[in-house]
Amino acid sequence: MTVSEFTPVVFGASLLAGFLGALTGLGGGVIVTPVLTLFLGVDLRYAIGASLVSVAATSSGAAAAYVRDGLSNIRIGMFLEIATTLGAILGAFLGTIVPTKDLAILFGLILLQSAWTTSRQHSDKKKPTPPDPLGERLKLNGSFTLAGKTESYVVSRVKTGFALMLGAGTLSGLLGIGSGSLKVIAMDQAMRIPFKVSTATSSFMIGVTAAASASVYLSRGFVEPSIAMPVMLGVLLGSLAGARMLPVLPVLTLRRLFAVVVGFVGIEMIVNALRGKL
Amino acid sequence: MSELHVTDRNIENMVANLLRAGVTLAGIVVAVGGALYLLRHGTEISDHQVFKVPPAADRLLPDIITSALHGRARSIIQTGILLLIATPIARVALSMVGFTLERDWKYVAITAIVLTVLLYSLISGAARG
Repeated sequence: MTVSEFTPVVFGASLLAGFLGALTGLGGGVIVTPVLTLFLGVDLRYAIGASLVSVAATSSGAAAAYVRDGLSNIRIGMFLEIATTLGAILGAFLGTIVPTKDLAILFGLILLQSAWTTSRQHSDKKKPTPPDPLGERLKLNGSFTLAGKTESYVVSRVKTGFALMLGAGTLSGLLGIGSGSLKVIAMDQAMRIPFKVSTATSSFMIGVTAAASASVYLSRGFVEPSIAMPVMLGVLLGSLAGARMLPVLPVLTLRRLFAVVVGFVGIEMIVNALRGKL
Repeated sequence: MSELHVTDRNIENMVANLLRAGVTLAGIVVAVGGALYLLRHGTEISDHQVFKVPPAADRLLPDIITSALHGRARSIIQTGILLLIATPIARVALSMVGFTLERDWKYVAITAIVLTVLLYSLISGAARG
């Protein structure tokens, strides 16, 4: 394929990935990488580098909107970013030495996990957990206003959340994904932060996490400009369109359909890795 | 509403504007570099099946900037990507200004740690060669 054929194909695929990523909340990264590697034969590390760049772009765009809404908790975000950025650098260094085959298998497993969480309905019913005094000391407790109603919250299990974020950061650096769903799990499930605040704060954090690992990938040469260019522009424009279409599309049906596709792609990725094709 | 709260809100608006401006600028620079690259190298074969270490002008901060200023298309794309990486870093720096204005020293320290990690990753990578 020549450059002028390859570029529009990657751009188109990235446009679709960004669009679906915004609609389903999965983010573009988990979709772009399998397309590049499985269908276009691109080296997995180049795919990871390009996807990481697209993650940084979409998250900064989305975070701008969330900051205005006042839903994200900047203190929680900043405190946990210590964990995600350290994890991201660790992940990026691991990513440059771990064999491609193992990376592909791990990526496949993450896709399966994403498919599973996407297909499930979110439930706000939780067992009560005691508030963590560390949350008080770090001023993590907060409140948010939605539809004229102000709700306040206190956080639990700060250390568990911090440890999970270290893991989320590592995976993000290792696989070039935003690992937004894992960040939400750490805040929503472990720290008992309201789901809406967790989602907003997570999108706020993803860009900072991605910046930490993208620096490492760039300096190692894994960010190939001819791939990163169409991927970044495609995912960015696609996600803007997706966010705009969100209110008019049957999101639940799409999510379920998408979960099935992502699941299959995950299996495909693992099978190909085991056969030594990736 | 206290005076501190107003500051908080102003900082948040500045953060939102900064993020949007950074991403837009990065997108434009990448698009310009991409258009130049397609014009000059459109007929070349695109082969990325196996990783090869690219030249310094594709990956190291000082070399990227110098070559971009000389009009090298690939380096212009990488400059856009550097701007994209710099956007959240600037956001963190701006938050530190906000916490300083609020005299929240605990969070000035926390933000300083995050900023150090980010700058370390950017600069140590650039210097490695």
